Amino acid sequence: MKLKNWKELAIGSVVPEAGNADSYNTGSWRTFRPAIIEENCIQCLFCWIYCPDSSIIVEEEKMVGFDYEHCKGCGICADVCPGKKGKKAIEMAEEGK
Amino acid sequence: MSTSLKLKELSRKEELLTGGHRMCAGCGAPIIVRQILLASDRPLIASNATGCLEVSTTIFPYTSWKIPWIHSAFENAAATISGVESMYRSLKKQGKLDKDLKFIAFGGDGGTYDIGLQSLSGAMERGHDIVYVCYDNGAYMNTGIQRSSATPKGADTTTSPAGTVKQGKQQPRKNMTKIMAAHNIPYAAQASPSNWRDLMTKARKAIEVDGPAFLNVISPCNRGWRTPTNVTIELCKTAIETCFWPLYEYEDGKLTVNYKPKEIKPVTEFLKTQGRFKHLFNPGNEGLLKQIQDDIDRDWELLLKQEACDKSN
Amino acid sequence: MGKLLAVTGNQAMAEAMRQINPDVCAAYPITPSTEVMQRFSSFVADGAVDTELVTVESEHSAMSACIGAAAAGGRVMTATSSQGLALMWEMLHIASGNRIPIVLTLVNRALSAPLNIHGDHSDSMGARDCGWIQIYSENGQEAYDNLIQAVRIAEHEDVRLPAMVCMDGFIISHSIESMEYLDDQVVRDFIGSFTPTYPLLDNDNPVTYGPLVLPDYFIEFKKAQHEATMAARDVTLEVAKDFAKISGRSYGLFEDYKLDDADIALVILNSAAGTAKDVVDEFRNKGIKAGILKPRLFRPFPYEEVGDALKNTKAVAVLDRSDSYGGFGPGYMEIASALMINSSRPILINKIYGLGGRDFFPEHAGAVLNELKEIAATGNVKTFKEYIGYRD
Repeated sequence: MKLKNWKELAIGSVVPEAGNADSYNTGSWRTFRPAIIEENCIQCLFCWIYCPDSSIIVEEEKMVGFDYEHCKGCGICADVCPGKKGKKAIEMAEEGK
Repeated sequence: MSTSLKLKELSRKEELLTGGHRMCAGCGAPIIVRQILLASDRPLIASNATGCLEVSTTIFPYTSWKIPWIHSAFENAAATISGVESMYRSLKKQGKLDKDLKFIAFGGDGGTYDIGLQSLSGAMERGHDIVYVCYDNGAYMNTGIQRSSATPKGADTTTSPAGTVKQGKQQPRKNMTKIMAAHNIPYAAQASPSNWRDLMTKARKAIEVDGPAFLNVISPCNRGWRTPTNVTIELCKTAIETCFWPLYEYEDGKLTVNYKPKEIKPVTEFLKTQGRFKHLFNPGNEGLLKQIQDDIDRDWELLLKQEACDKSN
Repeated sequence: MGKLLAVTGNQAMAEAMRQINPDVCAAYPITPSTEVMQRFSSFVADGAVDTELVTVESEHSAMSACIGAAAAGGRVMTATSSQGLALMWEMLHIASGNRIPIVLTLVNRALSAPLNIHGDHSDSMGARDCGWIQIYSENGQEAYDNLIQAVRIAEHEDVRLPAMVCMDGFIISHSIESMEYLDDQVVRDFIGSFTPTYPLLDNDNPVTYGPLVLPDYFIEFKKAQHEATMAARDVTLEVAKDFAKISGRSYGLFEDYKLDDADIALVILNSAAGTAKDVVDEFRNKGIKAGILKPRLFRPFPYEEVGDALKNTKAVAVLDRSDSYGGFGPGYMEIASALMINSSRPILINKIYGLGGRDFFPEHAGAVLNELKEIAATGNVKTFKEYIGYRD
């Protein structure tokens, strides 16, 4: 992002673009990466309600994947996942492996 | 008109706290904020005390907030939002504004229990139509884990370190939820993000009630508590099962305990999960562990007694 | 034209506030400004104003609530003194840094310790670097006029900064003088309506106030704040011109009293300037060319104009009713800076007087003028900074 000069900035350090942090990448923080195993997913959406980074993508009431731009890899989603018959629907794997 | 508190239905609502904030991985605070913002069916205007949440969600030129939001200083989130709410009432009264808005403040335990207590007490006493939410992680985490009056007894922090003579923080926590309830406000409650439906129900009550409301929400901090990043929700659950963090609410002064564990676990089940309490398990600290358990037992019994008393009246 | 009355300074400020009719006031009682908000509270209780009054539990919360209210999108005012302003100190910077046009009546009072409730300028001078516009007033009429003008100055789109209007505690706040109030409608037409820049209550266009600004942007915001503060100088003159039309009273950046041909001059703020003027008249009667410069706009400080006004004098004394311990008085430092602009300049000395409400008598002014006369003749200075009016 090009840095603005003093005349271009909004008065008093106000940020007029609500929610523009969406364009900031925190995905690079990740050491562990969540992956979905669809056959084990019961669509409870616990991963979604417990995600600190708004990084569970839900479409039409169904968990469909992860927002890797923002997911920091904390692993809460995998931890809270009840899965099916004792098998988790989210697993964490080391990045780059 | 209100959305039912079902995850599928809630998932259709707009996310009002975006990703891309700089809170640590696994932090409890943004989970709490998300749940509260999702719970509300009213447009909210927020203020935020200086602290982790404030700093990490608004690093210029970015903001994670999709609702109007103001931070001014550390000790004054309540006073600041009371000013915003007063302007709302003034403009509405004068016919200069035709909107129905609700007002909410967020602060950590440092900004709530300690430096912001006076401002909060004043705002509650004045009866503004505001909700104050404390995300309580039990220390000054933003400045690097210093003890606050919310820090549990025995916890090792950088200003209450476990040494050879002193075993972490010497004093028990302040009971902030009761202090707020003592302001005779229409709604005060203690909640946890692990019990999302309970927290969201409480958030909704707090927002809908006419007048001041207070929510105290446990907020695990893996840096300060010295835990892995993935156990945030588990920690909350253990805190509830051990009665370290009971879930309860005061509605017009009447207490209801929202959850009673079938079998209360010993507090050591909670303490042993966290590095900040590790030293308490060293030989010689048995007495301290007993004190901590005794404090929790006494507080829990008091809570049940008060609930019974309020029910019979 | 308005009506003539005999009222106290505090009454006049409360009356100006009633006429301005702010949307929100948040305030906390403190002597000697208490009466301003007390009287204003009666206006609220009687429905004479539309204001929501927020009776906070401290001055820190007063300024915090003012900031929240002003950011929400409306006109906001408050009043305080001394310790109250000191407790606001953190928030004063935040109001100006966030470019929030709050207007504050400051009834000047000494800062503790020792505890004292009387008038000196240690409170406002201590806050001179907080980024607020500061306007000083000699008497109740000036304070009333300045408060009304301050609304226009603070809210001007080139400025958008908070402003404080200062008058002396007790000496002016509690003394009755004859003055003129403008008609309500005249005042309301003069100040006009306020259009906030980024109102928080506009939830269709949500904005974030008060983010964390790191070294990549911080100085840009401070540069913008500096420029806005400097813009207040011309805006003050523009507003004064309009004000003269409705009141017949003219104001500038400062008042020069018999300064045009003066050899010696006093620089003195607020109420004591009135006493000093009488003494200057006596000196003029004796054929001594004495004059006075009474600063009005202290922030931003009009260095060039002040430097020009004093450049032909031979010796000047700045009388400060506050001290920067270990340094010169705050007024002296500004005048010294102003004099640097021209190559011809007078010898400049500093007197600290009237702290904690100690009376400033004509003989004090007379003694200083006699000393200046001596300095002008000989060029010899005994001491550059000195306390006067105390027991030795």
